[in-house]
Amino acid sequence: MSNVTDLTTPPPAFFEKRKAVFPKQIDGPFRRFKWLVMAITLTIYWGTPWIRWDRGPYAPDQAVLVDLANRRFYMFSIEIWPHEFYYVAGLLIMAGIGLFLVTSAVGRAWCGYACPQTVWTDLFQHVERFLDGDRNAQIRLDRAPWTFGKLFKRLRKWAAWLLIAFLTGGAWIFYFADAPTLQQDFWTGQAATVAYATTFLLTMTTFIFGGFMREQVCIYMCPWPRIQTAMTDEKSLIVTYRHWRGEPRTRGLKKASEEHLPTGDCIDCMQCVQVCPTGIDIREGPQIGCITCALCIDACDRVMAQIGRPRGLIDYATELDCEREKLGEAAVPAIRRLLRPRTLVYLGLWTAIGVAMLFALGTRTRVDIAANADRNPQFVRLSDGSIRNAYLVKLRNMQSRPREMIVSLAGLPGGQMWRESETRAQAGRSLRLAVPADQVLRERIYVVAPATGAAREDFAFALQAADDSTEKARDEESFVRPGGMQ
Amino acid sequence: MADKKRIDAPTGTQTVGHEWDGIEELDTPMPRWWLLTFYATIIFSIGYVVVYPALPGLTGATKGTVGWSSRGELDKTMQAEAARKAPILSAIAATPIEQLPAKPQLMQAAVQGGAAAFKTHCVQCHGSGAAGSPGYPNLNDDDWLWGGDLKAIEYTITHGARNPEVATTRTSLMPAFGRDGILTKGQIEDVVSHIRTISGEEKPSASARRGATLFEANCAVCHGPAGKGMREFGAPNLTDGIWLFGGDRETLARTVADSRKGVMPAWDHVLSPVTIKMLAAYVHSLGGGEATLAPNPAEREPGAVE
Repeated sequence: MSNVTDLTTPPPAFFEKRKAVFPKQIDGPFRRFKWLVMAITLTIYWGTPWIRWDRGPYAPDQAVLVDLANRRFYMFSIEIWPHEFYYVAGLLIMAGIGLFLVTSAVGRAWCGYACPQTVWTDLFQHVERFLDGDRNAQIRLDRAPWTFGKLFKRLRKWAAWLLIAFLTGGAWIFYFADAPTLQQDFWTGQAATVAYATTFLLTMTTFIFGGFMREQVCIYMCPWPRIQTAMTDEKSLIVTYRHWRGEPRTRGLKKASEEHLPTGDCIDCMQCVQVCPTGIDIREGPQIGCITCALCIDACDRVMAQIGRPRGLIDYATELDCEREKLGEAAVPAIRRLLRPRTLVYLGLWTAIGVAMLFALGTRTRVDIAANADRNPQFVRLSDGSIRNAYLVKLRNMQSRPREMIVSLAGLPGGQMWRESETRAQAGRSLRLAVPADQVLRERIYVVAPATGAAREDFAFALQAADDSTEKARDEESFVRPGGMQ
Repeated sequence: MADKKRIDAPTGTQTVGHEWDGIEELDTPMPRWWLLTFYATIIFSIGYVVVYPALPGLTGATKGTVGWSSRGELDKTMQAEAARKAPILSAIAATPIEQLPAKPQLMQAAVQGGAAAFKTHCVQCHGSGAAGSPGYPNLNDDDWLWGGDLKAIEYTITHGARNPEVATTRTSLMPAFGRDGILTKGQIEDVVSHIRTISGEEKPSASARRGATLFEANCAVCHGPAGKGMREFGAPNLTDGIWLFGGDRETLARTVADSRKGVMPAWDHVLSPVTIKMLAAYVHSLGGGEATLAPNPAEREPGAVE
């Protein structure tokens, strides 16, 4: 160990205290685009559970419904059963590759515009500005001593946030049950405990994440920024400060030009920093705190217009183009930057998975059969010398209407079958069964066959919908005999 | 090793006094909340020892003030379960067994209850899948010694078979034709040939024809002239594909010579009537159960004593 102790340097801090961020109001094309995205995403979030979709008398009429209790997932005309959950896995993979695609093309667009953390933080900040005033007023209020007036303003703000948070957390549960019914039950205290618990939990997370933690969630809690720093490269269009154009930063332009000092376009007005919702300085280069919301572009463009310089000192640009521009060459058009092998590969993958899923979805059958043979005993010798096996057969009817299905024996010559509730006198090569809508019918079926034959003879239960001969399914099974009759 | 405690300058905390390759450990004090939690657990444990059984003694542990015990918990669970089942059990008890199939819910509950009781009381002889073994009938098939409808099965379980202490037991006795000197060894071989011929396992032969005459005289009383058995005496059908002890020549010869008889306990000494009823329902449900009041005429000998 070192025996020399330097007492002049301060002890290392083990954590960093959050620096409060008071983003300034700004207007501009990107801000207006963010308004639009916010309106769309919030409308989707709050509106979706209330869309109705008629599926007939045997299925719920909610367009998007995750019915955990009955293990069904409804999305408009698509109904997914638990064993088809790979469609959801496929959607998640598409979402993942979609993020890769977007990130490699235009950086953290998801973070900047569509991420719920961004959307709700943005909403909360608007509420904050509406109630407490813009940046400077907020800073004054923050520094002011705790008076009755400040307490009132704080409580007013928190109440507004809490209301939004409650509406947010409360809307989530409508995705998991019939929305109008659940709303009524919720207010009359008859909803399930889990509905109240979920609402409470999501209200609190929305309130805390959107009101207090904000950029801390993006910088410290979210893994995505770390992944994205590896996904963007020098050809990605990201929010960039044109270093070569801005430096050296000059505060007093007039004075500097009189003294013939070199001047850059950046007048160090700090507008880009003040509008930043995560409180960073984009001029320090790409960094983990930048969610590429592009508000600094709006801020800088206004200033550039005021001082009569071209827009785009801060702009969507690639690192390579900045290098080229610095050397006086023309930048590559954005469209060519977007269409490069890497993005095209991502796009191809994304499209291929999407098309494959659509194809699978279009060709899937809505009937299925699965049989389980009795194992104890595996076989029973009957008084006429024949051998009986028993199977628990499950028939899946994945449509929202009752259906007649025909189960027949494929193979097993001389074999016959009958239901447990029937007698052998009713045995035949096939059975006609009524399967209730959207249900699995469990039927114990006896199969009898002559004792002569292989000890294990393969056959199949073949299923066919009575009203549609194209809907078929099979389950391969074995018929077991005692040691193969002599 | 520098076994000296010293104050670490950047943190102002004392070290524990050990050093490994330049790495030292700070003797950082526990956070106050941690210590308070620790003390709280100690206080909690004292209360726990008082309230619950805890301290072991020579004959058992202390009882604790609330009188909790794991056996008591089990009793409570069992009682709660019994209370839950009581209504359906009384409904089953109140229903005559031949009417159970008309009430699917009761029948289903009876089959489930019977399956549980079967696993406790019957598997020792009949096997866990009720498939039996030589000498112990397979209950899955459609061949019954004493009758396969619900009432007959219930009677058999209630009174047992060949139970010397029970007057109402299912009983019959096959003579030991060889041991008691009724038939000679050669005659027994002839009878075996006849039996294997009527069950389709051998082709007719001179021996079988001799056996047919002997069968008529000695066996037909119980097994019927055609060998189709007689349930009144638990006499098995000798023409079907099922053998209780085995159908090869040697086994059959031993059966004829020495006589064999299975016994079964009378379960009314052990089980409640409703349990027996549920057991009968379970056995009946295994795939070979016959309809009550409508015995298959083909199983019976024409003109057999009812």
